[in-house]
Amino acid sequence: MNLQVDVQEKDCVHVFKIIGEIDAFTAPTLKERLEKVADQPECQAVLDFKEVNYMDSTGLGVFVAFYKKVKAVNGSVKIVGLNKRLKRLFEITGLDDVVEIEMESGDPNGTV
Amino acid sequence: MAPFDYIEIKVPAKPQYVGVARLTISGLASRLGFTYDEIEDLKIASSEAITNAVRHAYDEDEEGEIIVGCALYEDKLEIMVADHGQSFDFEETKKLVGPYTEQESDVQLIREGGLGLYLMETLMDDVKVHHEEGVTVFMTKYLGRERGEADVKQTAYS
Repeated sequence: MNLQVDVQEKDCVHVFKIIGEIDAFTAPTLKERLEKVADQPECQAVLDFKEVNYMDSTGLGVFVAFYKKVKAVNGSVKIVGLNKRLKRLFEITGLDDVVEIEMESGDPNGTV
Repeated sequence: MAPFDYIEIKVPAKPQYVGVARLTISGLASRLGFTYDEIEDLKIASSEAITNAVRHAYDEDEEGEIIVGCALYEDKLEIMVADHGQSFDFEETKKLVGPYTEQESDVQLIREGGLGLYLMETLMDDVKVHHEEGVTVFMTKYLGRERGEADVKQTAYS
């Protein structure tokens, strides 16, 4: 029930590697880390969810807030590494139509 | 009335205990024989209910408690989440929640909340909310009932 967020910057792209569970307790940590770059002009962010093993609406809320801030400064957000479960969460909430999601190749079913 | 085992836990209304309750429910669902996907659905739905209780039921400086009751039947799991704080208007709230739609194509108009109740209703077979001295959410999930067509296709183990 912990969350770790590793941030790497290469070629002006911020890559957030999110590890652990995103819920009501850990979401504020994620929010804080994301907000540090959200206001940078034309911010480019990649969120790697490969090692996120749980997320609920608190995580989606943090993501949506971040997405809006980045869009407001003409930046971009890309989501990578969604497993089947997380992809479903984006699908049933309709968020998959809003944001750019890059699926892992060769592993369409994710973790089962 | 069908026989059932009842397990109840009481946790402080603080975010750090949402995960503890979630793990308990995950364990009970596993004991009943729910599939991996069903257990994940139950984890999200129950966390949404408990998170709502933590967020809305009590004032910041108030020490509250949340009761999570689980009734294990042969063919279903019933989860009850109760707080004794302030109620919210279920019907009014329902109008404000739901999936994102095309009307929200303007990025800045996308809501940042309001998905919790929608997820509960989507991921469980039945959800009821009662208001009497706080809010009580009753949720039911039946064993062996797949939800969502896409999911059925993907989990068709042969």
